Amino acid sequence: MATEQTPVTTWQRPTVFYNHTVKWVVYVLTTLFVLWSLVSLLGGVSPQRIVDGMGFGASLVSSMVPPETEATAVNRVIGLVLESIAMAMIATVTGILISIPVAFGAAGNLMPRSVYALNRGIISVSRAVDGLIVAIIAVKAVGIGPLAGIIAISFKTVGFFSKLLAEDIEDVDMGAMEAIEATGASKLQSVLYGIVPQVVPRFIGLTVYRWDINLRASAIVGIVGAGGIGTLLLQAFSRYEYNYVATILLAIILVVLAGELFSAYVRKRVQ
Amino acid sequence: MLEVTNLRKVYPTGDEALKGITTTVDGNEIVSMIGPSGAGKSTFIRCINRLTEPTEGEVTLDGQELTRLSKTDLRKVRRDIGMVFQEYNLVERLSVMENVLSGRLGYVSNWAAFRRNFPQEDVERAFEILETVGLGGMENKRADELSGGQRQRVGIARAVIQEPKILLADEPTSSLDPDTSHAVMDLLTDIAETENIPVLINIHEVPLAVEYADRILGLHNGELVFDGKTTALDDHAKDVIYRGAVPETATQVGATTRSETRATDSTTATATPSTPHRAATGED
Ligand SMILES: Nc1ncnc2c1ncn2[C@@H]1O[C@H](COP(=O)(O)OP(=O)(O)OP(=O)(O)O)[C@@H](O)[C@H]1O
Ligand SMILES: [Mg+2]
Repeated sequence: MATEQTPVTTWQRPTVFYNHTVKWVVYVLTTLFVLWSLVSLLGGVSPQRIVDGMGFGASLVSSMVPPETEATAVNRVIGLVLESIAMAMIATVTGILISIPVAFGAAGNLMPRSVYALNRGIISVSRAVDGLIVAIIAVKAVGIGPLAGIIAISFKTVGFFSKLLAEDIEDVDMGAMEAIEATGASKLQSVLYGIVPQVVPRFIGLTVYRWDINLRASAIVGIVGAGGIGTLLLQAFSRYEYNYVATILLAIILVVLAGELFSAYVRKRVQ
Repeated sequence: MLEVTNLRKVYPTGDEALKGITTTVDGNEIVSMIGPSGAGKSTFIRCINRLTEPTEGEVTLDGQELTRLSKTDLRKVRRDIGMVFQEYNLVERLSVMENVLSGRLGYVSNWAAFRRNFPQEDVERAFEILETVGLGGMENKRADELSGGQRQRVGIARAVIQEPKILLADEPTSSLDPDTSHAVMDLLTDIAETENIPVLINIHEVPLAVEYADRILGLHNGELVFDGKTTALDDHAKDVIYRGAVPETATQVGATTRSETRATDSTTATATPSTPHRAATGED
């Protein structure tokens, strides 16, 4: 009794961990793991190796100057950059078409538990595997070329796009949908009329954003043979044609920058 | 005619929000349902068109029983029941016209709904109704550009274009200032007369209910403790509704006047020991 009546005067900020002891154990273990990683991965790296590495890097960059400007070489770059852009376009459209049903299926406020779980599963799988690994698998499946890249990028688009769109759908005002259902409209009509208009701005923003990401991806997947400018980049590297590498890199940077500017502009307009 | 028989609702949380309500709403009367917060007013109105599924009892509209209807048949009946909400529940990003026309969705295909392709007579009717609710010329404004009062008028227009057999309104004025509240109540009473349909309105403020209603339903703790002409609603009746006072103790409670709604909210729980512990409804 006596202890119960003593007013509590000490206070500690509540912790997200189970309790404060657990918190400290987690902190110590994390610190130890980081130290262990540093020692085991970089333990054999001498300062000399870093100095040498910087030297090699510098000479690599200087051997890239001037970039290759010979006409056929440049045309080949332009052709493959266009292929990358086309891949990004097709993959964005395909990925988003698949994402729409997945996103609505993964919206907990509209779907029963089982449908929700299934679609969240699809999203998790898509997000779990890295894009380049998907691209390697796609190349094995359908052979070298842009088709493999399109498949890989579409696949990654689904995870990203569905997840973010589903979250937006879960945030909508359900009152509007309820009112429309109360007029005797079907469930589908109520979603089309009451929910869709609420998520359109987000949908447009995400589309452009994902297209921008896909543009970068389409420049890279060529490294594993999945089409686009990346293929040429790898070839140039393996042949030590560093001037050509420079031209390709400049082309990629230019396209990605243009894509980013466009994407930023459009997203600003819809918000 | 709306007939409700022995309507019960027990929420999954165990709250018994309605404990067997029986009443009838008919003709073109204005019926106001009053009662303290948590009495079950919203639950009652939502059980009628099954936005909330009743647990037990019957709801009959013009002879048709609703509680056992399939999804498809329920949709057909819902077309005959107009509903107005406290928070308007408009699609904010759509135009006034699209919001009004959404009241006709029960009659058009999914594809037409998606394309906003409504029959010409619906569009004409929408223009007429917008004029009646005082929003003539506003059809292309977006709902989120309107004031609260204007939004509620759109909400009412959406219900009226359904050509319903009854209009339900769940605290249609609670988000509005007094003047606008009166304008909205005027509009609802006009509609009852011109459309010749009954209007059932949940109201918080007793004076507003008394001013407009032909009949009052008093709900206390899930029970219908008053059902009669507005003129029969005396101080004692108000005590019963808001305090759950039984006839003997009613006199001791003494003079309570106009502002009971607020004053008695907090006392309700203690006045009636049977009041179940109330979870936050999160509704309003
Ligand atoms: N979705 C729900 N789940 C569980 N309990 C609920 C739910 N909605 C309402 N209740 C409970 O049912 C009872 C009646 O609530 P209701 O919203 O119908 O009251 P009300 O008379 O409309 O109140 P107010 O005047 O505050 O709007 C309350 O005890 C409430 O806690
Ligand atoms: Mg309510």
